[in-house]
Amino acid sequence: MITINAILDIFPQLMRGLGVTVTVLLASAVLAYLMAFIAGLCRLSQNVIIRKFTGFYVEVFRGTSLIVQLFWLYYAIPMLFGIQLGSNWWTGVIAIGLNYGAYLSEVVRGSILSVAKGQTEAAVALNMSRFQRMRLIIFPQAVRMMLPEFGNYTIQMLKGTSLVSLIGMTDVLYYGDIMRSTNLAQAPLIYLLVLVFYFILALPLIWLTRKGESISKKGVASG
Amino acid sequence: MTEPIVQYRDVHKSFGDVKVLKGINLDIHPAEKIAVIGPSGSGKTTIIRMLMTLEEPTSGDIIVDGTNLWKMEKSGKMVRASEKHLREVRGDIGMVFQHFNLFPHMTILDNCMAAPIHVKKENKEEVRERAVQMLERVGLGDKFDSYPSQLSGGQKQRVAMARALVMRPKIMLFDEVTSALDPELVGEVLEVIRDIAKNDDMAMVLVTHEMDFALDIADKVLFLDEGVITEQGTASEVIEHSTNERLQTFLHRFRKV
Ligand SMILES: Nc1ncnc2c1ncn2[C@@H]1O[C@H](COP(=O)(O)OP(=O)(O)OP(=O)(O)O)[C@@H](O)[C@H]1O
Ligand SMILES: [Mg+2]
Repeated sequence: MITINAILDIFPQLMRGLGVTVTVLLASAVLAYLMAFIAGLCRLSQNVIIRKFTGFYVEVFRGTSLIVQLFWLYYAIPMLFGIQLGSNWWTGVIAIGLNYGAYLSEVVRGSILSVAKGQTEAAVALNMSRFQRMRLIIFPQAVRMMLPEFGNYTIQMLKGTSLVSLIGMTDVLYYGDIMRSTNLAQAPLIYLLVLVFYFILALPLIWLTRKGESISKKGVASG
Repeated sequence: MTEPIVQYRDVHKSFGDVKVLKGINLDIHPAEKIAVIGPSGSGKTTIIRMLMTLEEPTSGDIIVDGTNLWKMEKSGKMVRASEKHLREVRGDIGMVFQHFNLFPHMTILDNCMAAPIHVKKENKEEVRERAVQMLERVGLGDKFDSYPSQLSGGQKQRVAMARALVMRPKIMLFDEVTSALDPELVGEVLEVIRDIAKNDDMAMVLVTHEMDFALDIADKVLFLDEGVITEQGTASEVIEHSTNERLQTFLHRFRKV
C-alpha cells in the first residue's frame, strides 16, 4: 500500500515535466529532419565547396558528444560571441536537432545512393531532367528506405532530451531528480517510474518505426 | 533512301584501359529495324547505351537527326554536351532494359504517365487515354492499378514497353529484353515487339540472342565482334549465308545451347 501511495505521489510530479520533454522532442525532431534533408542532399551536390562544408558539419557533430555540444551552446557560445540562443529550451532544441540532424543526414545520403542505378537509367531514357529524376523517382524510393532509421533515431532523440535537465530545463528527469533529492530512500522507485515514463513515451515511436519498416519493404528497387 | 536518323561516325569507347568499341560506323534510317548480335562482352549493350546517353563515347560522333549528341557548339568551338543539350537531342529516343527498371513506387498506369506529363508537359487526360491504350495493346488492360511487384517478369517487360511507347519515340532501343525472363514468358514479350515492329513506323535497334526472331523482323542484322561490326546485311545474308568464320562459330555455338 505504501508503494501504491508513493507511486500516486511520484507520478503527478513526473507529469509536470511532460510538457518540456515532449515539446523539446517534437521541436528537435523537426529541426533534425530538416537538417538531415538539407545536409544529406548537399553532400550529394556537384559543388565541391557545398559538399566539403556539409561534410565538416556532419563529422563535427557526429564526432563529438551531444552533452559537450549542449554545454558549448549553453555556456561557451554566449561568452565567446555574445550570442544568446533565446531560452534554454531553444538551446536544447538546437543542440539535439543539429546533433541528430548530422546522423540522419547520413541516412538520407545513404538511402539516396542505394536506390538502384537502373532507376536513374530508366528515368534518363524517359528524358527526365536531373531534378525530375530526383523528385519523381529517386527521392520517393529513398524516403521509404529511410523510415525505419528515422524511427530509430527519433527514439534515441527522446532519450537524448533528458540531457536538457542539465541546463536547467524542467523535464521529466528533472522532476525525478528533485524528488530523489528530497527523499533519497525512494530513489529506486522514482527512477523506475522515470524509466517507465520514457518507455510509455517511446511506445508510439516504436510502433511508428515498425510501421516504417513494413512500408520500406515495399516499393523500392535497391541495389 | 531517306536520310539516316542516327549516324555513328568512328565511335570508340574504352572503360579504363579496356577498349570496348573500336570504330563503330552505323546508319539508322527512320522506321528501320536493326538486330545486333554477337558474343557476350563484344560491346552490344554499350553501343545502344551511348545513344541513350547512358554512356559517353571516348571519341567519335553520334549524330541524331542532324545534331551532334555528345558535343555542342559554344562560341565557335565544339565542347562536351551539357545536360540541357543531351535532353534536347535524346527526346525522340526510348529504351527498354533487360531488367525492366519499372518504378516500384508507382502503379503501372503512373509508370506510363509520369514522363509525358512531367517531361513533355502534356495534358493529363490525353496522356491517361494514351497510356490506357498502350497498356491494353500490350495485353495489360486489367492491371492499371497494380504495382510492378505484383506482376510476372513478362508482364513487367510489357509495361516497360508501353511506358516507352507512350512517349512516342522515333527510335526504340531494346537491350536483350527477354534474357531475364523465364523461358515460358519469352513468347508474350516477343509477340509485343513483333506487333510494334510490324505496325509502328519508328526505328528499332534490338540487341538480341533470339536468332529466329531477329531473322523474322529485322531489316538489317549487325554482327559485333570484339568491338567491331564485322558483318552487316539483311537477316538472311548475315544469319544464313555469311561465310565469316567467327560468325559461323558464334551461330553454331549459339544454336547448340
Ligand atoms: N561500366 C562499365 N565499366 C567497366 N567495364 C564495362 C562497363 N560496361 C561494360 N563494360 C565492359 O565492356 C565490355 C562490353 O560490354 P557490353 O555490356 O557492351 O557487352 P555485351 O555485348 O552487351 O555483352 P552481353 O552479351 O554479355 O550483354 C565488357 O567487357 C564489359 O565488361
Ligand atoms: Mg549486353
